[in-house]
Amino acid sequence: MAPDAHKAIAELLASQEDHVLREWLRQLKEDGTLDSGRIRENEQAVQCTQILRQLRQGAQGGTVDLSNAAYEPLRDTLADLSRSRALQGFTPRETAMLVLSLKEVLFDALARQHPDDATFLAKATNQIGLLLDRLGLHTMEVFQQSREELIVRQQQEISELSTPVIKLWDRVLALPLIGTLDSQRTQVVMENLLESIVQQGAEIAIIDITGVPTVDTLTAQHLLKTVAAARLMGADCIISGIRPQIAQTMVHLGVELTVVSKATLADAFALALARQGRAVVKVRPAAPAADAART
Amino acid sequence: MDRIPILKLGNALLVTIQVDMHDRLATALEEDLTARIVSAGARGVLIDISALEVVDSFIGRMLDNIAAVSRILDADTVVVGMRPAVAITLVELGLSLTGVKTALNVERGMSMISGRGRLAALDADDDGE
Repeated sequence: MAPDAHKAIAELLASQEDHVLREWLRQLKEDGTLDSGRIRENEQAVQCTQILRQLRQGAQGGTVDLSNAAYEPLRDTLADLSRSRALQGFTPRETAMLVLSLKEVLFDALARQHPDDATFLAKATNQIGLLLDRLGLHTMEVFQQSREELIVRQQQEISELSTPVIKLWDRVLALPLIGTLDSQRTQVVMENLLESIVQQGAEIAIIDITGVPTVDTLTAQHLLKTVAAARLMGADCIISGIRPQIAQTMVHLGVELTVVSKATLADAFALALARQGRAVVKVRPAAPAADAART
Repeated sequence: MDRIPILKLGNALLVTIQVDMHDRLATALEEDLTARIVSAGARGVLIDISALEVVDSFIGRMLDNIAAVSRILDADTVVVGMRPAVAITLVELGLSLTGVKTALNVERGMSMISGRGRLAALDADDDGE
């Protein structure tokens, strides 16, 4: 009576671990996983050794079902490995091949160990194939998940970085907006602006939309919301930096901004100063470049 | 029943809301305030809501009402000290209180009422330039 697939793996790995490992590493090398220079050969060897050892542990648990508790260390190892590879910038192919290349090696070794028993070989190959496919899927799932987490984190960082509130003058704030204004970002922008109004005791806030690529009805609504909230706090808003094409699009769309708006940030700042009873005046002729460099 | 005190400062009335507003308190305030504007001949009403952490649509509408009523009675209403979170909530509720004047704190609200406008409010505590 031929042994079951799990026993076959366990025996195979017990008797020929070195051989399997060597073949596997050769396969990986041929496949070019080392070419990118992201991982060193001996580092990969350590990882592979660990995977083989844990695969053997799992197989000794008496099953080829990956959800079994015996495979838990292997699942964890692969998840960690896949996560760190996702962050290091490995391609999905490189990550998947790590597991899938083991299939061929195991089949070869198995065929060599049981050369005469075709029925058993077919059955074991099928089961081991299934097990390794599931391992591969598991790896890819974690890989994908890590990539998505990375994207979400970057999105958050971008939205936080791209909404600075700048103090232009005593009680005059500027809020240069860069990028598309969706409802989530509006929330962040609004909170930042209102907090700064309280902190600086601002009277006038200039919202500069030079960096906003398009202004549609929704964006306009978000802008107006921000303006309304600032007004409730006792600060007036001026919108600046509406580019010519955007102004045209807005008129075509019928978007109306019922707020004071100026073409450039400089104009808006001048208006803000005028409202405070201030003005920028020239006190003496401009210094020649050479003098300016010396002082 | 609790009532919110209304203080008279010159020709203005100052209301500082320091307890959580419930609807009956709000209605009572609305009535009291209207009566006081007439009896004191006030030209301005200052409502300080810096202590309010929660403002619902009812309170929002009450502020709008007070402003409308005092406008009829020839008094300006200034709501001062609204917190950022409250401002965001009101805007999300669609209440932007367009009929109400606003200021950051009582000091600036006061200068707005005393007829010198926002420009004068700036001069009042200027940086000495």
